[in-house]
Amino acid sequence: MRSLALLALVLLLFAVLPLLAGGYLIHVVILILFFAYLSSAWNILGGFAGQFSFGHAVFLGIGAYTSSILYVRYGISPWIGMAIGSIFSTVVGVCIGYLCFRYGLKGPFFSLATLAFAEMFRVTALNIDVTNKASGILIPLKHASLAALQFENGTGYYYIILLFNVAVTLLVFYISRSKLGDYFEAIREDEDAAEALGIDTLKYKVLAIAISAFLTSIGGTFYAQYLSYIDPVICFGSQNSFEIFIRPILGGLGAVFGPFRAR
Amino acid sequence: MQLEKFVQALVSGILTGGVYALVAVGLTLVFGVMNIVNFAHGAFLMLGMYISYWLFVLLGLHPYVSMFASVIVLFFLGMGVQRYFIEHVRAMDDQSVLLLTFGMSMFLENMAVFLWTPDYRSIQVNWLSGTVFIYDIMVSIPKLMAFIFSIVLTFLLYLFLKKSQTGKSIRAVSDQLEGARSVGINVRKVSQITFGIGAACVAAAGSIITPFFYTAPSVGFVFLLTAFIVVVIGGMGNFWGAFFGGIIVALGESLGATYLPGSLQYLAMYLIFIVVLLFRPQGVFGKRA
Repeated sequence: MRSLALLALVLLLFAVLPLLAGGYLIHVVILILFFAYLSSAWNILGGFAGQFSFGHAVFLGIGAYTSSILYVRYGISPWIGMAIGSIFSTVVGVCIGYLCFRYGLKGPFFSLATLAFAEMFRVTALNIDVTNKASGILIPLKHASLAALQFENGTGYYYIILLFNVAVTLLVFYISRSKLGDYFEAIREDEDAAEALGIDTLKYKVLAIAISAFLTSIGGTFYAQYLSYIDPVICFGSQNSFEIFIRPILGGLGAVFGPFRAR
Repeated sequence: MQLEKFVQALVSGILTGGVYALVAVGLTLVFGVMNIVNFAHGAFLMLGMYISYWLFVLLGLHPYVSMFASVIVLFFLGMGVQRYFIEHVRAMDDQSVLLLTFGMSMFLENMAVFLWTPDYRSIQVNWLSGTVFIYDIMVSIPKLMAFIFSIVLTFLLYLFLKKSQTGKSIRAVSDQLEGARSVGINVRKVSQITFGIGAACVAAAGSIITPFFYTAPSVGFVFLLTAFIVVVIGGMGNFWGAFFGGIIVALGESLGATYLPGSLQYLAMYLIFIVVLLFRPQGVFGKRA
């Protein structure tokens, strides 16, 4: 009960923060919340299921590029782009996950393979016309509105990413309490034992990467709209993948509030 | 003209392959033989390069001479890292080691930024430098030296591991830890020495490439993933595999750069890596277990 009250207090503090802080500080807080969100998404695969992805920039980049291309070329709302991008990311995540896990890549080898996948996406984005090669995509500020996911100042972005954080934390909390969370943890602690108990480890590992990819991609779209500019390194650069997994590790693997605390 | 272009790509590919092999040979000892995923390998390379850079700038020492300094410094640094850090997390699992060495590489890289600024630096040596033309084919002398050196180093390591007493202990420890301990091998000592040798090898590589490659805090990462790719393609712990793996990767890169548009040659490299990881995890030159 006390922890719940504390949680409510923290949430209240976050809710009124834009009234107290402005300009640069709000920018810093937005980035903190943004990476906390991504880390929570990573944590489902890395923390709960124990599969360390070093290539989450793939999903970040797909989310960013899909919504930006649809918005700039065809004027489709970033919210729809966000949905389409996260479907793409899920499909890519399932493909990567299935390939890696089907052929038994474990531990560091899985990490290295995901890193190589992220680099492949970076090189591809650097070389094809759809992504405008190295020049990247500039997202024009047409009209500031919720529908266009564009705002005049940081406050709008702040509340969006705060909402995302609350949602993802609730989801992770739900997973940690559910049977699915137990499966993930069983796989993390001892995969062979989990397999012996009749858990379809391949299925659940692929499911973990799919959920993680879906959520990360949503963050990617937010990132693109917030920065209003994307290029292959901003999106698919390995620096992003590293930024994403450092936080959950500091906060404690598989802890619901871990990534949040380790900001 | 067409043939000339092809031969040029071939020659520079093979020479660059020597450089890759040089960087990877230390990793194949640590990663392949000891099964330690050393993400700080690139940072060690960077330190070796900076040692040679500063000894050249301050004392005018040629990198081929200052190589001995960087080998000694990194050997003891490597031993220390094994003794004080890796030993403590080794018992947990491979991922802890991966994270530990990753953190170490972040620390070393940022320390280099702090101490020496993130500037890209390069040195101009006036001995064994420049290029020669053989039948209109350009051959870079420092790269040729690196190539020759990588053959020598690979051969020496191979000999060391097969013939020397320490080398035999290293193989014993990697094959059967408990068995090695029970016949009286000092496992901790041997692990420290192995890690030290791995770090020393990459330090030598760093010194050798200083004459033709820029020195910067972030330089390690450029080679890190390539080194892992080379080790995996060559087969874990297979020195000659790493050597030929380096050449295959570099050949693919230079032929790709010649004939593919843009920077698509890297795509081929990562694709080869993933395919090898998935379908031939024992490496192209490895035997099926």
